[in-house]
Amino acid sequence: MSLLVPAAEHLPDALASESTLRRFLHGLPGVDQVGAEARAATLATRSIKRESKRWALDMAVRMTDLTTLEGADTPGKVRALSAKAVRPDPSDPTCPSVAAVCVYGDLAGEAAAVVAGSGVHVAAVATAFPSGRASLAVKLADTRDAVAAGADEIDMVIDRGAFLCGRYGEVLEEIVQVKQACGPAHLKVILETGELATLDNARRAAWLAMAGGADFVKTSTGKVTPAATLPVTLVLLEAVRDFAALTGRAVGVKAAGGIRSAKDAIRYLVMVNEVAGERWLTPEAFRFGASTLLNDLLLQRAKQRTGAYAGPDYFTID
Amino acid sequence: MPVFDYAPAPESRDIVALRPGYGLFVDGAFTEPADGGTFKTVNPATEEVLAEVAEAGPADVDRAVAAARRAFDGVWGRMRPAERAKYLFRIARVLQERAREFAVLESLDNGKPIRESRDVDVPLAAAHFFYYAGWADKLRWAGFGGDPRPLGVAGQVIPWNFPLLMAAWKLAPALAAGNTCVLKPAETTPLSALLLAEVLQQVDLPPGVVNIVTGAGGTGRALVAHGGLDKVAFTGSTEVGKQIQRTLAGTRTKLTLELGGKAANIVFDDAPLDQAVEGIVNGIFFNQGHVCCAGSRLLVQESVAEPLLERLKQRLATLRLGDPLDKNTDIGAVNSAAQLERITELAASGDAEGAVRWQPECPLPDRGWWFPPTLFTGVSQSHRIAREEIFGPVLSVLTFRTPDEAVVKANNTPYGLSAGVWSEKGSRILWTAQRLRAGVVWANTFNRFDPASPFGGYKESGFGREGGRHGLEAYLDA
Amino acid sequence: MPDRLAVRKTYKLYVGGAFPRSESGRSYEITSAEGRFLANAAMASRKDVRDAVVAARGAFAKWSGATAYNRGQVLYRAAEVLEGRRAQFVDEVAASEGRDRDDAAGTVDAAVDRLVWYAGWSDKIAQIAGSANAVAGPYFNFSVPEPTGVVAVLAPQSSSLLGLVSVVAPVVVSGNTAVVVASEDAPLPAITFGEVLATSDVPGGVVNILTGRTAELAPVLASHMDVNAIDLHGAAAGAATDLEQAAAENVKRVLRRPDAEPDWRADPDPHRMLAFLETKTVWHPMGV
Repeated sequence: MSLLVPAAEHLPDALASESTLRRFLHGLPGVDQVGAEARAATLATRSIKRESKRWALDMAVRMTDLTTLEGADTPGKVRALSAKAVRPDPSDPTCPSVAAVCVYGDLAGEAAAVVAGSGVHVAAVATAFPSGRASLAVKLADTRDAVAAGADEIDMVIDRGAFLCGRYGEVLEEIVQVKQACGPAHLKVILETGELATLDNARRAAWLAMAGGADFVKTSTGKVTPAATLPVTLVLLEAVRDFAALTGRAVGVKAAGGIRSAKDAIRYLVMVNEVAGERWLTPEAFRFGASTLLNDLLLQRAKQRTGAYAGPDYFTID
Repeated sequence: MPVFDYAPAPESRDIVALRPGYGLFVDGAFTEPADGGTFKTVNPATEEVLAEVAEAGPADVDRAVAAARRAFDGVWGRMRPAERAKYLFRIARVLQERAREFAVLESLDNGKPIRESRDVDVPLAAAHFFYYAGWADKLRWAGFGGDPRPLGVAGQVIPWNFPLLMAAWKLAPALAAGNTCVLKPAETTPLSALLLAEVLQQVDLPPGVVNIVTGAGGTGRALVAHGGLDKVAFTGSTEVGKQIQRTLAGTRTKLTLELGGKAANIVFDDAPLDQAVEGIVNGIFFNQGHVCCAGSRLLVQESVAEPLLERLKQRLATLRLGDPLDKNTDIGAVNSAAQLERITELAASGDAEGAVRWQPECPLPDRGWWFPPTLFTGVSQSHRIAREEIFGPVLSVLTFRTPDEAVVKANNTPYGLSAGVWSEKGSRILWTAQRLRAGVVWANTFNRFDPASPFGGYKESGFGREGGRHGLEAYLDA
Repeated sequence: MPDRLAVRKTYKLYVGGAFPRSESGRSYEITSAEGRFLANAAMASRKDVRDAVVAARGAFAKWSGATAYNRGQVLYRAAEVLEGRRAQFVDEVAASEGRDRDDAAGTVDAAVDRLVWYAGWSDKIAQIAGSANAVAGPYFNFSVPEPTGVVAVLAPQSSSLLGLVSVVAPVVVSGNTAVVVASEDAPLPAITFGEVLATSDVPGGVVNILTGRTAELAPVLASHMDVNAIDLHGAAAGAATDLEQAAAENVKRVLRRPDAEPDWRADPDPHRMLAFLETKTVWHPMGV
């Protein structure tokens, strides 16, 4: 096991062996599911209006990883989406660009060509996304290819099979090696919380990812239901908060899949604000993995600007 | 300047049509008091006068009891139970329909955040009527015998902390069991009960079945001491509860009391820490701590005290105190100047006796009565803030070493209303719950209420239960 | 001036929250007590039974998982809607059962009140049928009633609305879902009752109502391996024993046919709810 893991200096004994790693992860405070869901539900009653709503809508746009992850994706599709990522609302020049375009690694080059110079990142999914079922060699090659093609962010998936049968050391080792293969690219680690099933597992997987060097922990691939939920994101926000208190390093959180409305997005921002804190209220520390969300954000921005409800005809599909 | 600053999000007051003056509700109609006395009710967040309310004197109380007696003998006591049930179902439905109106009015008169009156007080009040409506025609299966009879006329005195909900807790089971009622709301919060009277008219409840006599301590005493009651139910301070028990000694009038508390919230070292923090916060800051069952003593296992307190302080810093009608307010106003004085005095005793006060940065509005969320560490059992009910947003933190010690400390109080237990270990929770001398034990949660769940205290927290099948007993001749 | 021609209602089945025709395409004539043609009712087949059981099973997890409060609210809402349609039901019951209007009105009122009675039980069943048990050891031991699953109900033959409500409400209030065979000769109020349920927030599949020949449909339900219990009330006297034998194949809970038709107007008791409940007893140690 590599000792070059960031945070290893704070957790060396924990990472020393499979069994100490297991004891560390299982020794983290438990999560009461009912309590966590109640807290998420109470936070969702916050009423965000007027200038705070306008701020939140803009921030949500800036935090969006505009995503297309379909077998049928083509260069044409990716280029169109990338253009939208740079200029989401052609009729409103005040609308900021999104944080990133998120595509399959083999199309990262197409995205990179369009967003070059705009500040929009190119995030590529890798490591046999979405299932993660392939050899480590294949996963590392997948990662290197994506970086070579122009991705400056990599969204990897953990091996859920290994996690669920308790082989935490294996999961950790994969993350460490993928992080190395990323080179300069930043690494998001997808936990696929829907398959991990419990909030306790989500907390443990988040700590595992952070110990392995993740720059972001990400809820889901978006290919499995449930994807991102408020309670599971709450747990991830608590984990990154606690990790930062221990190590000083702020790992980001990406909520992906199932976030379709501006209202949902604002609820997530409230949660980031009140659970993790202001340090995470920036695209460098929080992202939405979404596709249809963007247009709803644009619709709401238009309503805030003009006072009238807008319609989908006034925004581009991609 | 916070990065994400929530803009004010006030709920509109327009939905409430406040009248400048309110009479007593006796025999199905609003009437003037016999001697014309009135008092003012005030919005504690702004000190603005909301309305003038009639003060019922002894003659008024007598008239109300007589109306209740006539209604019991003539109409309600003879009515088919299934028909009685349908009146209660109607009341529940109208409360749901007028929910927003009631929530706003409650926040104006009491000072509690609109989020709480909207999401807790009003829905629970409606649910209480729904639940007891269902029992009205099923009493023979309630476990009190084959044909349990109502007691007759009930006098009910309720406090200011959950005005509408306490009215529902009193009226619903009493009416379901076939009794008629004379209700005395608290003098600082009469308005939601008076709006409820309008609902009773809307559902065509027969006159005299419910009568509402507004007033202060004098009205309450006149009601309790009125010889024509078959039953008295009181929720309020332990001190007044004892007076009532003395007043009714030797009479045939049945009595139930729901009094004060000084609940221990026990956090073991294997507690789910983040949810425990929520439970602690909810336990003492919900409703500004004006809750008889508030978790006002945090008993934290010494081995986990430091990380817990750190998280707790971080969490307290996110609480929002301010305009009760703002949907984002977490902590509203203290209900009265008198209550604020009491809280302030007790908190000062904490400082004087050597406990360490901590408060997050919390600007208070200029007008109104406010107390910031407050934490005292280094508290011992002998401190006043560990023994006396503060009834405000002040948490006293004590530690323990072993489960036995936690139980002994938790029980070491004349009160016994509620308690909290936090642990991921089921056996430990049940072992502890079994040993706590408290009428309500919340495990890995706090301040959960349901009309199906019996609520009430041990020892000086009172006797009798409200809610559930058990809640019928107080109103049946069983 | 000619009389206005009425737009006559088509009576279909009520399955999965929708109103499909029988897959068999069959129907049969329903006449009033005096022999006047009322309508053609769908004649359900064994495949319709199969589909209804699938719908009922599909609805069970969500309905039994809802809070008791929610189920009570839903049934009370159904009572509100039934009350709102009082006049329509008075007509249908009068025609179906050969009653005069006053008598039919009394029956309909009783049906509404019956639904309200059962609605009020949802959050109280556990308080009369459950318990904490004082076992001799350091264990917390408690018994809770739980719904058994999918219940087949052969509705009363003669009481087309009041009897129907009296056998269906107690089944579903606790969280069971139901497949109901309506009265063979007086099925129309049952389908209109399906319309009440469909507009009352009752999730699709919780109650499924089939019209047709009881003798054809009952054996399919009695032998169906994914039906957990059966109420034999509306079975023909000679058929009940065979049905009970068929039910034994998967050890169904059977509520036997009574010897005499009860007075449906009389106040009920909890037995119809308790008949379709399981009891789960849990032990948990109490120790540090």
